[in-house]
Amino acid sequence: MPRLALTSNYATAYAVKMCDVDVIPVYPITPQTTIAEKLSEFVANGELNAEIIHVESEHSALSACVGASAAGARVFTATCSQGLMLAYELLPIMSGLRLPVVMAVPCRALSAPISIHGDYIDLMVARDAGWIILISSCAQEVFDNVIQAFRIAEHRDVLLPVMVAYDGFLMSHTIEPVEVPDDENIVREFVPKKREWLYLDVDRPVTMGPLAGPDWYYEIRFQQVPAMRNAYKIVKEVAEEFYKKFGRKYDTIELYRAEDAEYLMIGYGAVWGFIEEAVDRLREKGVSIGGMRIRLLRPLPVDDIASALRGRKGFIVIDKALITGMPVGPVFSDITTALKIANVDVPGISAVHGVGQRTMYIRDFVELAEKGIEMFKSGKIPRESIYLGLRA
Amino acid sequence: MSSRQEISIRWHGRGGQGAVTAAQVVATCAIMKGLYAQAFPEFGPERRGAPVKAYTRLSTRPIRHREPILNPDYLVILDSSLLELPATLDGARDDTILVVNSPEPPEVVKTRRFGKVVYIDATDVAMKTIGRPIVNTAILGALLKVLDLITLDDILKSLEKFFSGKLLEVNRKAVVEAYNLAKVI
Amino acid sequence: MLPKWYEIPLGGALTEPGSTRKNRTGEWRTFRPVIDQDKCIRCRICWAYCPEGAVKEIDREHMTAKGVKYPITYEIDYYYCKGCGICAEECPVKAITLVREYEK
Repeated sequence: MPRLALTSNYATAYAVKMCDVDVIPVYPITPQTTIAEKLSEFVANGELNAEIIHVESEHSALSACVGASAAGARVFTATCSQGLMLAYELLPIMSGLRLPVVMAVPCRALSAPISIHGDYIDLMVARDAGWIILISSCAQEVFDNVIQAFRIAEHRDVLLPVMVAYDGFLMSHTIEPVEVPDDENIVREFVPKKREWLYLDVDRPVTMGPLAGPDWYYEIRFQQVPAMRNAYKIVKEVAEEFYKKFGRKYDTIELYRAEDAEYLMIGYGAVWGFIEEAVDRLREKGVSIGGMRIRLLRPLPVDDIASALRGRKGFIVIDKALITGMPVGPVFSDITTALKIANVDVPGISAVHGVGQRTMYIRDFVELAEKGIEMFKSGKIPRESIYLGLRA
Repeated sequence: MSSRQEISIRWHGRGGQGAVTAAQVVATCAIMKGLYAQAFPEFGPERRGAPVKAYTRLSTRPIRHREPILNPDYLVILDSSLLELPATLDGARDDTILVVNSPEPPEVVKTRRFGKVVYIDATDVAMKTIGRPIVNTAILGALLKVLDLITLDDILKSLEKFFSGKLLEVNRKAVVEAYNLAKVI
Repeated sequence: MLPKWYEIPLGGALTEPGSTRKNRTGEWRTFRPVIDQDKCIRCRICWAYCPEGAVKEIDREHMTAKGVKYPITYEIDYYYCKGCGICAEECPVKAITLVREYEK
């Protein structure tokens, strides 16, 4: 398989092209813009037969996604940050209408103050809109996740939109090696266009999005609950099939040197590489620690998280997002909830790093782990996040 | 040097000189060769003339993290005036190889040690070949004098991914010219 | 019995056309439009403006008191008419009046 030098944004564009997407409504926002640029290039030079819809805002872009997907097209878009916030209204509409749209989100901080740089606050604010969320940790995985996302979204037992998230700039603009099949038919065979969702068709008339009063709304929204349950299984199934076809293995979570580890450091996105390096350095010092990353954020793989943590002496979650009003990070909250549901009692420490793309160093993670392990040993576990890299 | 698994290059330029593209050309070249590589800019506001930093890592094994390069093996300076900013030399080691766009040996070699110093009047080369003071491809020629893992031919080939037609031709010429003229001390 | 969640088409889509016919919107009315067939000049404006399609054009002759003969008649379908009054507002000859329901 040929290796290309691609940023995560270009990896997204190549995957979208190979999935033979029909309609791409899009509005530019840093750091997402180069996805739209590359896709426009593919369409302009005839490599991709798709309709690019230039709109006047992200709200319109996602509205056009609703229309195009409801018309039966395979639809892709990408946005982040303020764009994602402006388009938020459409997120629960798309999941509610069960439209299998795929959206790339190179995650970026939110105003105010204005920041164009990367962190995950935008995704965390949007994580409960009924979308499946995959978080990628390298450009190769971005490419692979976009392809898998169409399979998952369009699966008849799922039919939900999927976000493929990754770090704005730190990944979206970093060139890395990406294996891309030279024959795009291999990808197209993997994501056949079955069109198993309800779409507007004169031969099979349907009204989408009617008013639902108190006698109806609850049941219709509830339909998404089993769909999310199915999504968990389908994410695993698709990953397994992907492995057989392309040779790269994915799961809902990933572990690193965790077999015998007393402690786990947990992260997502580009933080994962820092965790792996830090684990190696700590292991060299004789610290019994491993790493874990969350690849599937929604539906939250509760049992996988709980069984990975069962029996450990402690875990530290690094959230690249600053949420206020909760004393801990957003994914830390998710993980502690998962543990409570599964009745697993392991102490945890919440840490926040990389906010507004504050520079992260491997040594920060090493020091955090050493400090955290001291806290676990002494039983003095902080009730609030540790804020790394903050001038305080 | 050949036993080393990873090479780090830090690029300093001014907005518009093409430091980011140069960082990407080297990484792309390495990836096309079957090596592992990574290139990313220091993501500041993009303004013409403002100091710009970019990073390239080359490796014989996968690169997992995306830490900025603090102690570079190679420090490539696209504009010698940047050597007057103290931040440019931050983290440089005694064995760091300095590649600089300068018609003469830079002043800094008198006051501190480097592994090697390569200098080239890349602006002159760029003006004569490309016709504009975009020095990124010329400085690549100078870097290739001292860079392991990648050869002149590799770079000339990978320039196809960035330029075409006449532009490809003149940029290739700039690389070769600079490679021939660069002085190593 | 209303259907269970798994018996409803996904996303609450309506897969049978014409389901609006089951809605007896005539129950919403406070005022009822009444057409004075003698005043009506058969211009079709009420038929065109009615948002519910509740004005029916019927092939039935009508002879006015003054002896004008029309080949068609307009009638309101009170099963669906919501009583919005648009027909009365738009009628160019004021042939439609709104009468309070339950008043004869």
